[in-house]
Amino acid sequence: MALNIAVCVKAVPDSKYYDKITIDPATRMMVREGIPTVISDLDKHALEAALALRDKNQGKVSVFTMAPESARDNILEALAMGADEGFLLSDRVFAGADTLTTSYTLAAAIQAKGPFDLVITGNESDDGSTGQVSAQLGEWLGLPHVMNICSLTFSDNSLQLTALSEDGSIDYKVALPAVLGVTRKVNKPRLTNIMGMLKAKSKPLTVLHYGDFPVDDNYIGLKGSPTQPGDIYAPKLNRKTVELSGSPEEIADRIVQELCKAGVRQ
Amino acid sequence: MFEIYAINKLKKHNMFQFFNSDQKSLQKLVREYVEQEIAPNAAEWDEKDVCPDHLWPVLGQMGFFGIFVPAQYGGPGLGLTERAIVLEEVSRHSAGLGIAMMTHDLAIAAILNFGTEEQKQKYLPQLISGEKIGGLSVTEPTGGSDFGNQNTTIEKTEEGYVINGRKCFITNSHNAVINVVTGTSGVNEKGRKIISAVIVPEGTPGWSAGRKEHKLGLRGSVTGDVICNDLKVTADCMIGKEGDGSKIAMHTIGHFGRSGMAAIALGVIRGCCEEGVKFAKERIVYGKPISALQAIQLIIADNQVDYEAGQAMLYNATSIYDSGVQCAPEVAAAKLFVSRNAVKAAERTIDLMGGYGVINEYPAGRFLRDAMAIIPSGGTSQIMGIIVAGNQLR
Repeated sequence: MALNIAVCVKAVPDSKYYDKITIDPATRMMVREGIPTVISDLDKHALEAALALRDKNQGKVSVFTMAPESARDNILEALAMGADEGFLLSDRVFAGADTLTTSYTLAAAIQAKGPFDLVITGNESDDGSTGQVSAQLGEWLGLPHVMNICSLTFSDNSLQLTALSEDGSIDYKVALPAVLGVTRKVNKPRLTNIMGMLKAKSKPLTVLHYGDFPVDDNYIGLKGSPTQPGDIYAPKLNRKTVELSGSPEEIADRIVQELCKAGVRQ
Repeated sequence: MFEIYAINKLKKHNMFQFFNSDQKSLQKLVREYVEQEIAPNAAEWDEKDVCPDHLWPVLGQMGFFGIFVPAQYGGPGLGLTERAIVLEEVSRHSAGLGIAMMTHDLAIAAILNFGTEEQKQKYLPQLISGEKIGGLSVTEPTGGSDFGNQNTTIEKTEEGYVINGRKCFITNSHNAVINVVTGTSGVNEKGRKIISAVIVPEGTPGWSAGRKEHKLGLRGSVTGDVICNDLKVTADCMIGKEGDGSKIAMHTIGHFGRSGMAAIALGVIRGCCEEGVKFAKERIVYGKPISALQAIQLIIADNQVDYEAGQAMLYNATSIYDSGVQCAPEVAAAKLFVSRNAVKAAERTIDLMGGYGVINEYPAGRFLRDAMAIIPSGGTSQIMGIIVAGNQLR
């Protein structure tokens, strides 16, 4: 059975530039301008899972990203890895979305461009790390959804999954269509090679603006987001050096006292 | 209109600004791979002096070999500029692996540019995929620059050719299985040796590797002698026609070899730039990072200037070649400039690091050893100077 698979990838700030990221005190949002973005690590595992399934069963892998237009490069990277087509959901009215409106908008686009047999995401993103979008997508799409997946195979038209739990793992057999959230353990993403990079340019990459697919205005962007950031501030990291003197035992006692005083230890 | 920046907003450009979008993407792709797979192992390859030839199939799969080869023979059809980008990125961390890859490409270039259609179909796909390692054997004990005086003989027989001789300072001497070898196939009417080039296929009896050199730098690549002892090849192993050997070797080394060595040297300079900055920001002396000291800042500036100037020269030369124009003098100038400055940059970086500079846990010492070993590879600085001057004096 050929599989038509949607993969949601998030463009996140490159961790090499984390020290350059600031927070706008007025909007309380991250200032990402000028910070290069990369595909969130777990989303590469999601993409690899989709590509492996397609390579084995035939079909198509479509990548969805909701991000500013600058994320075109991230979609190109996904296409270079082997995805067949990319959709970039980019519009000012989508901006400022929390996880619920992000998943709503992605689900709306996936529905419009589908049908898909599978939707695969990373379990969580490198930046927000909420771990909510995958399950929310399942709910918006009305599909069974499983997260924390560490093993995934497809045979006899159904998925055999192993998902990590707090104290072990759970095996699932899931009928299609379904939504999956994968962990790092599920696979090792393939390397992007030069031939893939060159082929990516000729693969379809569509920018979807507001109006290009049906959405309910009450569920998109900052306005539709039920969660709003509270106070955000950068912690003050003033360093103070205190010289401790005495015997090693006295110094050790003093360190413990200081740690208790600082609330690090009870 | 020019955008005006406040001084503290000046952008930091570390990429040659005239790369096209594909070249920028390529650089990013190679850098990611190198940082993951090569950087963590480079010091060990150097210390143990082993060539990571187990990586060849992976490097081939990545598309790093024969990047200038058209798609019909299994390559991506890019150019010398893209090849230099790959070699710079690899050599930023492992110049030893850089020269091994560079030399592998020389066999590819010789066959691509001068081989028959059958030779291209037969050898290029297996070299480009990294299934087989390639080499180019030109230099002899009598000297690499005295090219016309080769003692290796390529003697014509009824079945093909018999090769006898010894080559020295050959990169990939002990691990290449598809080799391009030059030698003398006769004497012309003026008494000059006729130089030819042949392909020695894998497993040909009479081929052996001899002495393995213990090098100062560019460790992580194998360098040594190769010996042809009554080595018999069929007539279809001749590249081009008899007597084309000089043209083949000069074109291949003059463009692919020296631009490759310049790219490797450029990678070393970038290593000096990046490691120097990192160390200067981390090393605290007098209660503050040494990057606050102007004497240190001037070292950082000199390294950066050499890097930017080297980039401009190298990528200008490769762009000329990619536009379809032969440019051995421009490539020689780039090789001369970049390789000399790689030595200077490494020395300066050791100065910057003080005592740590000569501790092998830091890469600055390796950079210096590699830079020194780059100088004679593909022709000494003096030979590069003679090529540049010769072009000016024509």
